[in-house]
Amino acid sequence: MKFTLSWLKDHLDAEASLDTIAETLTRIGLEVEGIEDKAVSLKPFVVAHVISAEPHPNADRLRVCAVETGDGRPVQVVCGAPNARAGMKTVFAPPGTYVPGLDKTLSVGTIRGVESLGMLCSGAELGLGEAADGILDLPQEAPTGEPYALYAKLDDPVIEINLTPNRPDCTAIHGIARDLAATGLGSLKRPPHPPVRGEGACPVSVTLDLDPLDRGLCPYFTLRLVRGVRNGPSPDWMQARLRAIGLRPINALVDITNYLTFDRGRPLHVFDAAKVRGGLVVRRAREGEELKGLDGRTYALTGDTVVIADDNGAESIGGIMGGEASGCDAGTVDVLIESALWDPVNIAQSGRRLGIITDARYRFERGVDPAFTLPGLDLATRLVMDICGGSPSEAVIVGEPPVIERVIDFPWTETRRLAGIELSRAEMKVTLEALGFHVAGTGDRVKVLTPSWRPDVEGKADLVEEIIRIAGLDRIEPKPLPRLEAAVGKPVLTVMQKRTRLAKRALASRGLVEAVTWSFIPHDDAVLFGGGGADLALANPIAADLSDMRPSLVPGLLKAAQRNADRGSADVALFEVGQCFATDQPEGQTIRAAAIRRGSATHAGAGRHWDGTADNVDAFDAKADALALLAALGVPTGGLQVVAGGPDWLHPGRSGTLQFGPKNPVGFFGEVHPRVLKALDLKGRLVAFEITLDAVPLPKHRPTKVKPPLVLSDFQAISRDFAFVVGRDVAAGDVVKAAQAAERKLIAGIEVFDIYEGVGIPEGSKSVAIAVRLQPTDRTLTDAEIEAVTGRIVAEVGRKTGATLRA
Amino acid sequence: MTDLDTLEGDLLRQVADASDEAALDAVRVAALGKKGSVSELLKTLGAMTPDERKARGPLINGLRDRVQGAIGTRRDALAEAALGARLAAERIDVTLPVREAPETRGRIHPISQVMDEITAIFADMGFSVAEGPDIETDDYNFTALNFPPGHPAREMHDTFFLAPDRNGRRKVLRTHTSPVQIRTMRAGAPPIRVICPGRTYRHDSDQTHTPMFHQVEGLVIDKAANIANLKWVLEEFCRTFFEVDAVKMRFRPSFFPFTEPSAEVDIQCSRKGGEIRFGEGTDWLEILGCGMVHPNVLRNCGLDPDSVQGFAFGVGIDRIAMLKYGMPDLRPFFEADVRWLDHYGFRPLDIPSLVAGLTG
Repeated sequence: MKFTLSWLKDHLDAEASLDTIAETLTRIGLEVEGIEDKAVSLKPFVVAHVISAEPHPNADRLRVCAVETGDGRPVQVVCGAPNARAGMKTVFAPPGTYVPGLDKTLSVGTIRGVESLGMLCSGAELGLGEAADGILDLPQEAPTGEPYALYAKLDDPVIEINLTPNRPDCTAIHGIARDLAATGLGSLKRPPHPPVRGEGACPVSVTLDLDPLDRGLCPYFTLRLVRGVRNGPSPDWMQARLRAIGLRPINALVDITNYLTFDRGRPLHVFDAAKVRGGLVVRRAREGEELKGLDGRTYALTGDTVVIADDNGAESIGGIMGGEASGCDAGTVDVLIESALWDPVNIAQSGRRLGIITDARYRFERGVDPAFTLPGLDLATRLVMDICGGSPSEAVIVGEPPVIERVIDFPWTETRRLAGIELSRAEMKVTLEALGFHVAGTGDRVKVLTPSWRPDVEGKADLVEEIIRIAGLDRIEPKPLPRLEAAVGKPVLTVMQKRTRLAKRALASRGLVEAVTWSFIPHDDAVLFGGGGADLALANPIAADLSDMRPSLVPGLLKAAQRNADRGSADVALFEVGQCFATDQPEGQTIRAAAIRRGSATHAGAGRHWDGTADNVDAFDAKADALALLAALGVPTGGLQVVAGGPDWLHPGRSGTLQFGPKNPVGFFGEVHPRVLKALDLKGRLVAFEITLDAVPLPKHRPTKVKPPLVLSDFQAISRDFAFVVGRDVAAGDVVKAAQAAERKLIAGIEVFDIYEGVGIPEGSKSVAIAVRLQPTDRTLTDAEIEAVTGRIVAEVGRKTGATLRA
Repeated sequence: MTDLDTLEGDLLRQVADASDEAALDAVRVAALGKKGSVSELLKTLGAMTPDERKARGPLINGLRDRVQGAIGTRRDALAEAALGARLAAERIDVTLPVREAPETRGRIHPISQVMDEITAIFADMGFSVAEGPDIETDDYNFTALNFPPGHPAREMHDTFFLAPDRNGRRKVLRTHTSPVQIRTMRAGAPPIRVICPGRTYRHDSDQTHTPMFHQVEGLVIDKAANIANLKWVLEEFCRTFFEVDAVKMRFRPSFFPFTEPSAEVDIQCSRKGGEIRFGEGTDWLEILGCGMVHPNVLRNCGLDPDSVQGFAFGVGIDRIAMLKYGMPDLRPFFEADVRWLDHYGFRPLDIPSLVAGLTG
């Protein structure tokens, strides 16, 4: 919302400076976005008289001008404008001037050997947005030396406020003035607006052709004919104000409607009566009906939009935009002025659907003061008569203004209860009344009647807001929020919150770098990772490749790795801990932790190093990350199983599933499937793991923090090595499991220390070497006992895996 | 010059000449071994008369002691020389680099770090952490929060929609974490003190807007919490978060459908040389929105606005991360560029706490 200072002062009797006004506006909730004061920004630009303009000795298109700038000492300026000529009045800027249209500061220049002490300017160079077909050509009576902003009446500061959608009353400069007056900064001017006494009935009838249930679409409609107007340009003062706030003057009749839209927040429409056939009908648009708007665009209408129609069809989109066919132009003699009320929700929806943003829509969708409908028509009529002449008819009035005033039962203590500030009743009452509220009663509770221009005020809390915003929020002293209990704080994080935090720190400690990638990924990527369902596709993605909610963190990380590789960081190790989506229900959302390693980015480090060049990453790097994460989370890994194979996006032979029993997989690790690499256009070796943190079993609740006692044996542990030859497909884990099963009591640990295939081992077989540690608890083992145990191990491993001891 | 003197001279010379442990040991055996020259002399003592023994004994024993001592001294000298030679050969180039440790290479994203900082501060004030789904119903994201259907305030949020379901209802990506406030109020009874951090989504993209961003909201509901308390909580938060002794804040009346009264909060700062500093200067920077929970929102959660009350606030996590740590642009937060993460990220063991300070 933009307005000028002088326009505001039409409504506000105040001596306050521009700075004070701006500060107050922000303080009461009408946040000032910017102030443009051309009297300041264009100060160096003055009206100048070109005394002479001689051809430049060295350039055909340049002229050397002697310019009188007001101090009686003409300066020499080289000018290239085609219209530069002796005797003209134009605008001059001396060296040192910042020229907004060029975004540069002038200096004394020498142009083709001739000194130039300034510049003659076009409107565009002044930032006034006018076409630059030469320098400004001012009338002869323009006083030489006067600042141009002053001469051109550009010296009225323009204030722009960021208006929140709850304040339709401040879409009117009058409303802004009312708010300012309530602070005591000045007083609101309320010139009387006596009703217009029209002569004779308006010859054009108005019918609200709406279903009884639709009456709210246009509850109230007023119209008047003014005969015999002269519709030329509007007066200079009106044009200057409209231009200042960014509107283009059209003609007096149209300008008057725009003027009142801002002055009073009352959008109006004018029809050229000669172009209207028959009576006006307010109705839903017919399917397929079209209307060419005042903006020259043709709009396809539907029954959701309300139009004002005559015998020719739709002439105007109610409350949004008039039609070109019935618009007013220089030839208009009889004008129909419309002041009506429209349904905010319907206006918002129609405007959005049609893609029309107008000052009328902006106001009607926020809520226009119903009580000012007829006064608005009268005010417009009076302006038309003042500016264009003519004689008005009586008004046609159809429907009734809805009553939006409310009575609120208000205990004065509500301000202290909600705002924590003690204000006097007198102050609160003065504020409410200055804002147009009517306060009835004198006790602890009063009845407050809301004004017709404040549809946003619904209850007590709104009144408290009105009171404290005018009083100033800075008057509320901060007060500590008391603790709920006088006690040391309890831990606040849930298990999942702790896991999420711990997972991030644990993975980062493994040299992985945390990424935060988009929750939405390309549809094809989602499909590759088991997602892409219709219930998780965005209806309005911001870009085609940010279309589907991610089923996994891995595709985002893989793409990120490739982007880094493309930028020269080939060996990256990235992780993310974040949400993934299986369905659109809350239960379908899980928190996962995933990491990828690319190239040689192993735990030990990436790239070449004098102490041994890093190998490419393999599935075991991913497995190590996954197991380290589970360990960091404090998950008891006793029941954890690692089984071969994983989801489709992993290499079938180089991937594993981590599970607590076959029905409870918690995650996967492995090499990324070559087909996925190809589909995502990824290069290089990539391994990944992903664990669903929600799926990991919760630690058992223990009633005490005491750790189980430490049991140490006094007897010597011994270690025995076994090299088994087994089939190539036998899993080392099964060899270990079989050995473990052979002796439950004595075996304290088993390590796989060598895997070998090749010379000395039969084709199709491999050697698996394990070290078994035996720990007696009650006596030292005899050779015979050790023999017996090793025999059982060899037999059991042989029985379960077909292994033989390597010769 | 006696024969003993001659022998001693010979032996001591041999000891001195022994060039290594083995040669020295040969000398020792030849002199002090079972059949050594000194041992043979010692054996002769047994056959002597007492007088002879008295005279010869000390001489022979003295010889033995001196030879033994010389051998010991020589052995120490040889060992010292051998160690010196070994050490001289055992040299490494200490300037060779070692690999950077994993915990030196790893990084925590600024968003995670700042979330941990925020949590530490609010936990101290008695807030717990509430979370909710990213995919929300229209009711939780808008209607329950007092955005009437069709209200222009809904347009303040550029909303992402999912495809309509069989009943024509379409879910949304939450545009703020306020739905978590509704879920919290509907699930439990006051007193309530929670913060709701999380991912939020708006259909918007430029230097300061990304379609996905992070927000933390706070909610306090009890029988007395008011704007004065709200101001205190926010001032304490900002002072602690930005790690300055004092901050100056400006509360401007504003509008949010779910709070009444509502305010936007600016924080005073200076911007010298492109660097923002809090607790000084004359500029104002908007950092959050807040207000008293709207009576309609309380009613929508089954609470009576005349008997309970409270406040809510919302802060952009990415935004305050940028303000505190000086990232000029929001977009790289989500580009996973390791150069950016390495520079702006945090080391894994830099865990924020109020005990040790938010930053090291």
